[in-house]
Amino acid sequence: MKEQTPSTQNRRAPSSTIQITLEINGAAHTLEIEPRVSLLDALREHLHLTGTKKGCNQGACGACTVLCNGDRILSCLTLAIQYEGMEITTIEGLGTAGELHPLQVEFMEQDGFQCGYCTPGQICSAVGMIREFRNGLPSAVTKDVSARPVELSEEEISERMSGNLCRCGAYLGIRTAIRTAFQSEVIP
Amino acid sequence: MREFTYSRAVTLQEALTRIAPLANGKFLGGGTNLIDLMRENIERPDTVIDVTRLSSGISESPDGGVSIGGEVRNSAVANHPLIRERYPMLSQAILNGASGQIRNMATVAGNIMQRTRCYYFYDDAANCNKRSPGSGCDAIDGFNRIHAILGASERCIATHPSDMCVALAALDATVNIESAVGKRTIPFNSFHCLPGETPHVETVLAHDELITSVELPPLPFAKRSIYAKCAIARAMPSPW
Repeated sequence: MKEQTPSTQNRRAPSSTIQITLEINGAAHTLEIEPRVSLLDALREHLHLTGTKKGCNQGACGACTVLCNGDRILSCLTLAIQYEGMEITTIEGLGTAGELHPLQVEFMEQDGFQCGYCTPGQICSAVGMIREFRNGLPSAVTKDVSARPVELSEEEISERMSGNLCRCGAYLGIRTAIRTAFQSEVIP
Repeated sequence: MREFTYSRAVTLQEALTRIAPLANGKFLGGGTNLIDLMRENIERPDTVIDVTRLSSGISESPDGGVSIGGEVRNSAVANHPLIRERYPMLSQAILNGASGQIRNMATVAGNIMQRTRCYYFYDDAANCNKRSPGSGCDAIDGFNRIHAILGASERCIATHPSDMCVALAALDATVNIESAVGKRTIPFNSFHCLPGETPHVETVLAHDELITSVELPPLPFAKRSIYAKCAIARAMPSPW
């Protein structure tokens, strides 16, 4: 991915839009935007993918979490134009009403939400978090960072998910949903 | 957010030649701090040059140390076997510094160059010698629980917010910087400036210079180092 994306010249004069192409949920989308449009606003306002939520818009709440080449990121703190040539996955790309993602099933089973506003970000974050865990990434509560963490304990889940806030306080249900889905080993 | 021109560089030379004539141009990494500051109108560059596609990576140096490219994401540093085995305190500092999402975005150079989290620096209506030299410092008699104990001046008591930088300082890192006209190497502990009389001057970096890499020297003791953080709250105050 990195090598294939061409460099750009200074691509615009002030007050003008430019054409960019983003790959979202497996499909290429071409849009005309100003460079200052965040990835979050591009998704919601320009592509009408409103599953990704705007909470604080300053990187504290995690509601805008999406996946970039499989890594969880905050779409509010970055420019859409920076993501040309990368694969973005939003909640709309993880599951559909007819075919839910295993984490979506567990969030419902385990009461992982009340109002649901933080849920898309929680689920995208959990998908990325599980991938990080499987890749051996330690966390701030991992005792020995030079060893691979052995168990995705409650403490590890809480620490690794601490970038996502839930004002309804459904943390217990969210943690249980993540642990159950992780243990069932059905997460792609 | 003010309008600006976006430019993406994929080679170091592109990045350096483009920034050279732009007095109000800025390099852009993951965006986690700069985009936020631009949205608040604290930073107002005319042009941003995206350097996240540069590709120096992490490698072992000939002397047995480790070299980390400026564009490398914080999570990639924290998870790299050479760092985890030889400099565990650096992994731990990064893991204590921000949420997983932010670590996946933030670059090493961006982390070093991030601005203070002083409330008055972020508040355009407040006096701040760092944001607006000569206007005064509202933090000195204001809410300053997160402010400096050591190194402050009568003009500014703001701190640098990075955990990663604390580990780099302890590990005697050096910073490699480059512009279109040359390169130089600065000891990490000389890279940031104390506020003194000029709190708006935060580093020795000139506007046309880029942090290309950070070098960690071979330090046998660092294998057994740990990063212990004493704070009123964790980086992400967690209700989890």
